[in-house]
Amino acid sequence: MTAFPWLTVLTTVPVAGAIVLLGVTERNKNLARVLALAFSFLALVLTLFLWHSFNAATGGMQFQERHAWIPTLGVEYHIGIDGLGLLMLLLSSIVVPIGMIASWQIQERVPLYFSLVLFLQACLFGTFTALNFFHWFIFWELSLVPAFFLIKLWGGPRRTPAATQFLVYTMVGSIALLLAFLAIFLATGNFDFIDLAALARNGHLMPDVIAKLNWHRFTPEHLTLIVFAGAFLGFAVKVPLAPFHTWLPAAYAEAPTGTTILLTGAMSKMGIYGFLRILVPIFGAEMQTVLTPLLWLAVVTIVLSAYAALAQKDLKRIFAYSSINHLGYCLLGIFAVVKFTGGDVALTAEKFAAMNGVLLQMFNHGLTAATLFWFVAMLEKRSGGLRGLDDFGGLRKVAPVFTGLMGISLFSSLGLPGLNGFVGEFLIFKGSFPLVTWATALSVIGLLATAIFILGILQRVFSGPLNETWTALPDLSTGERLALAPAIALMFALGLWPQLVLGVVNNTVIQMVQQLRF
Amino acid sequence: MPWIVQNLWLVPALPILAAGVSALVKQRNRVFAASLAIGSMAISFLLSVWAFAHVLRLGSYGAITRQAVNFGWFQFGSEWLKLGWVLDPLAALMLLMVAFVGLLIFIYSIGYMAHDENFTRFFCFLALFAGAMLGVVIANSLLLLFMCWEIVGLTSYLLIGFWYANPRAAAAAKKAFIVTRIGDLAFFLGMVWLYAQAGTLLFYDGGTGCLEHSALTRLVAQTTVIGMVASTGIALLIFCGAAGKSGQVPLHVWLPDAMEGPTPVSALIHAATMVAAGVFLIARIYPLMSAHVEMAIPFTTTTALQVVTWVGAITAVFGAMIAVAHYDIKRILAYSTISQLGYMMMGLGVGGVAVGMFHLITHAFFKSLLFLGAGSVIHGCSGEQDIRRMGGLGKLMPITFATYAVGMLALCGFPLFFSGFWSKDAILHAAHSWSVSQSPFYMGAFGALLTAFYMTRQVYYVFGGKSRLAATSPGLHHASTPPHESAAVMTIPLVILAAFAMLLGLVGTPAWPWLQSFLDSQRTVVNFAAFSNAALLSVMVSASLLVFLGLGLGWWFYGRTPIVDADAPDALGQLQPRIFAVLGHSFYVDEMYGATILRLNAWWSRACDWIDRWVWNGAVQTVSYLVLGFAWLDYFLDTQVLNAGFDEGCQGVSRGGQILALLQGGRTQSYLRMIGLALIALVVFLLWGARG
Repeated sequence: MTAFPWLTVLTTVPVAGAIVLLGVTERNKNLARVLALAFSFLALVLTLFLWHSFNAATGGMQFQERHAWIPTLGVEYHIGIDGLGLLMLLLSSIVVPIGMIASWQIQERVPLYFSLVLFLQACLFGTFTALNFFHWFIFWELSLVPAFFLIKLWGGPRRTPAATQFLVYTMVGSIALLLAFLAIFLATGNFDFIDLAALARNGHLMPDVIAKLNWHRFTPEHLTLIVFAGAFLGFAVKVPLAPFHTWLPAAYAEAPTGTTILLTGAMSKMGIYGFLRILVPIFGAEMQTVLTPLLWLAVVTIVLSAYAALAQKDLKRIFAYSSINHLGYCLLGIFAVVKFTGGDVALTAEKFAAMNGVLLQMFNHGLTAATLFWFVAMLEKRSGGLRGLDDFGGLRKVAPVFTGLMGISLFSSLGLPGLNGFVGEFLIFKGSFPLVTWATALSVIGLLATAIFILGILQRVFSGPLNETWTALPDLSTGERLALAPAIALMFALGLWPQLVLGVVNNTVIQMVQQLRF
Repeated sequence: MPWIVQNLWLVPALPILAAGVSALVKQRNRVFAASLAIGSMAISFLLSVWAFAHVLRLGSYGAITRQAVNFGWFQFGSEWLKLGWVLDPLAALMLLMVAFVGLLIFIYSIGYMAHDENFTRFFCFLALFAGAMLGVVIANSLLLLFMCWEIVGLTSYLLIGFWYANPRAAAAAKKAFIVTRIGDLAFFLGMVWLYAQAGTLLFYDGGTGCLEHSALTRLVAQTTVIGMVASTGIALLIFCGAAGKSGQVPLHVWLPDAMEGPTPVSALIHAATMVAAGVFLIARIYPLMSAHVEMAIPFTTTTALQVVTWVGAITAVFGAMIAVAHYDIKRILAYSTISQLGYMMMGLGVGGVAVGMFHLITHAFFKSLLFLGAGSVIHGCSGEQDIRRMGGLGKLMPITFATYAVGMLALCGFPLFFSGFWSKDAILHAAHSWSVSQSPFYMGAFGALLTAFYMTRQVYYVFGGKSRLAATSPGLHHASTPPHESAAVMTIPLVILAAFAMLLGLVGTPAWPWLQSFLDSQRTVVNFAAFSNAALLSVMVSASLLVFLGLGLGWWFYGRTPIVDADAPDALGQLQPRIFAVLGHSFYVDEMYGATILRLNAWWSRACDWIDRWVWNGAVQTVSYLVLGFAWLDYFLDTQVLNAGFDEGCQGVSRGGQILALLQGGRTQSYLRMIGLALIALVVFLLWGARG
């Protein structure tokens, strides 16, 4: 294959940007900002080009590049995207500029900040395109570095413990993941996701592992479960799934809001992506054996996080818990799909629904959560850093446009039909209900709690008599309105015409579901 | 397919489009926003008339009157999720009513909201509401209906909280949204369940829709939890949604609070259309509600419809009882609406679609008339809403008074000349012949008596007696101008609505049941012999007597001696203070919810937060402390035990070495000395040893 290496180029763009920005001096703040934005726009344009040239009629890998790297270790440079990867690339390319614009007011070490953001974007691109564990894992781990420093250097008052917790927590998960993959490598001599998935599908993978890693102390069942648990932990921490989520509220709240946008909009999708690309295809059978506890964990994630959000006073913490809740629906959908295997046509249709819903929900959550944190950043800019639920009141009077647009984003998060949040949630529930009825029915409580805290925000921040402190609070400027317009327009577009995304990912979903045979 | 069916989507789309455009214009373009909303609504109304005429024409020569247009919305897997719209008698009738009442209220709002600074936004929200409501009406897919239903809920939220600076309005808006959403989530589950069972959410799709025979046969054949058939479970879940929207007990608590919104909103959304959407939903999915394994059993006795009937009957009495003891002119009407919605549900349960829908249509006209009349009164009294502080308005506001009286008599069900009589009678008659129980009939009759009583009370308080406006409610400025009749833009809609409130009953009398046959797509025949049916006649006469009794009691308590003093206790309240207080507090339902569900909710959210902070995070912290502790222990062992021992050992060895090294210094003198010493020692030893 000698096709142009679009994906490598795409990953290189932010890397180049990051390097260029390191050369910009401290004083040229605006130059740094504009340059960074330019690079992220270039990446966006490239992604849109990929979106445009992607052949949605086939669900398989496209734009593949495959080169031998370390043959003795089974390491290849193998990248490619299917509908899932493409969707994640697009989401990252949309979220990163939002994060940059929301970080505009940062004044310290500006070039370094934006350089780290671009570096993070490169890691995201690398993670979403890699098909070989080796370099996938490098990107996966490297993404922690910029995220750690972004929290640690520019974060809020309690940033140090938050950053450390974030790093250590995810690192523990990653190490477990690494060990699991080393076990698999020892057994198969292969690091390629596609090959491993094929092995798993044919039922060769785990017998190999058992045969090679002949640890007599463990029964074969236990051994496979241990390997699965290692890989599972890595992703469960990242998503996160309760009870592995406690790093998240602190990290989201303490990170500078522009970074929170990246964390929630793009990085949290790495976990779900890992579930879909790695865990389900390779460890589907093991997942099935422990599905019941996993389902309950998903329900607990959904309900507890929504209710925990209800008890928060800090807008960022509310949205942090809300993020956990929204990704909980994705996990519910994924677990539901794994529950039954086999060719029952009616159930297959439900799986298609749930899986499409999961993909759509990932994108929608990324867009909506990023926009909501963006509004928080704009609010912080106006209030001098205040963002408590009770710090405001009656803002609609002085900032009607702000209220209106943030209201749209909030209702999108609530899952109002006509906006993007609804279709994904509907598809997940529609698909999950027949597959895992009780878990789905209980998860509806999460939707209710979400409505309560979102209306609580609208009531306490924007309604009621105007808080005297904010009589001079400026409404959105024209520039801000223009910047927000594409995000808001996208919410409407996806709410009214979800085929825009589903048309691209549907065939990938079909393939993913059909390959679930174990 | 005829043009009107093909393009029926324009009916909801035009107001929504108008809303979208006026959301983007500046607040000062008042005329533009209002004319855009009213213009789009007028076109929608004309299209509705056309659609209605189309259905009428088809029905008149016995053709199939249901036509649906479906389209694919998005694809998942190999199937397309389809949405669509349907034109049938039910949709056509409801379209006509919603568009007409909506148009009148839009016009009225020009006058009512003239001085409001957010006039433009008001029309934007109103148009969005109308569009979504019309969408509910024409939807041919439960999903599309649900989507429009939720947007209707959103606009209701926005309009209740329209005067957002008032914390009470903001709280009421939130309450309305959340209480209805509780019902909606059950609806949502019912919907996904239905989708799983029927394989489609389209109502009518050439024989494969979920309301058509093949799907229903499958649904009634499935048994689920506690021996319930699937159709019952689904129907009950969807009914929860309808109960939330239509203010049925126990989800009625939001509707009285919703009166914080501007009065045209109360009239349009919380009396005529949105709250009736729940009733319409049940009418729409009636085939599902009445699906039964043995098709021979009378269709009105399925479990689902029995639940609908009982909930409706309880709500009818409950709302009417509370309305007796309130003083806020709009709250009385709100409880009255709850009660009347109960009647509609009961009508659906005992008598079928036509019975429930007939009352829905007549109620829409007379209740919006009453609300707009109340709005005119409030407008004329500079914002006063307490009926104790009104009085004597009959002379000052003659048009309002006359039209209000018409609405009041229609609501009471005054015999023969008012629409409410005929529609309520149809319900009572059906309840009387219900095979399951007679109780709903007696409850409905009692409700009718109460209705006549509380409306008489209200009218005497507001329009009779002497003016008590001098005693203004705290918080309101004393009226600078005396009460005055409202402008023509407000009174003309009143007159039109009043005309309909009287005449509309004629389309559904037993002698000429046009509406019933229209909904069943049958021809109507005039049959005066229907009145000779003894059961029908006895129900009619006894209902009329109850109405007269209610009116008489109302006069006895409130009309006999004119009310003069604003602070005088209520006549009924003097008689039965305890009961009156309980009713005045609406049976303490809000307080009860506050003490139980809300507290539980708050406690549970704190518990979740606590679990998060202390249990999950505590576990993580414990692990991290354990790790840290382990590290410290390690360090300690390293430095103090291992290292110390090692160091000690090393030093010992080294010391020993030093000592030993002395022995091997390499100096001959030392060696010789050692040999000498050794020799001496040996000699000494031998000497001692020889001795021993």
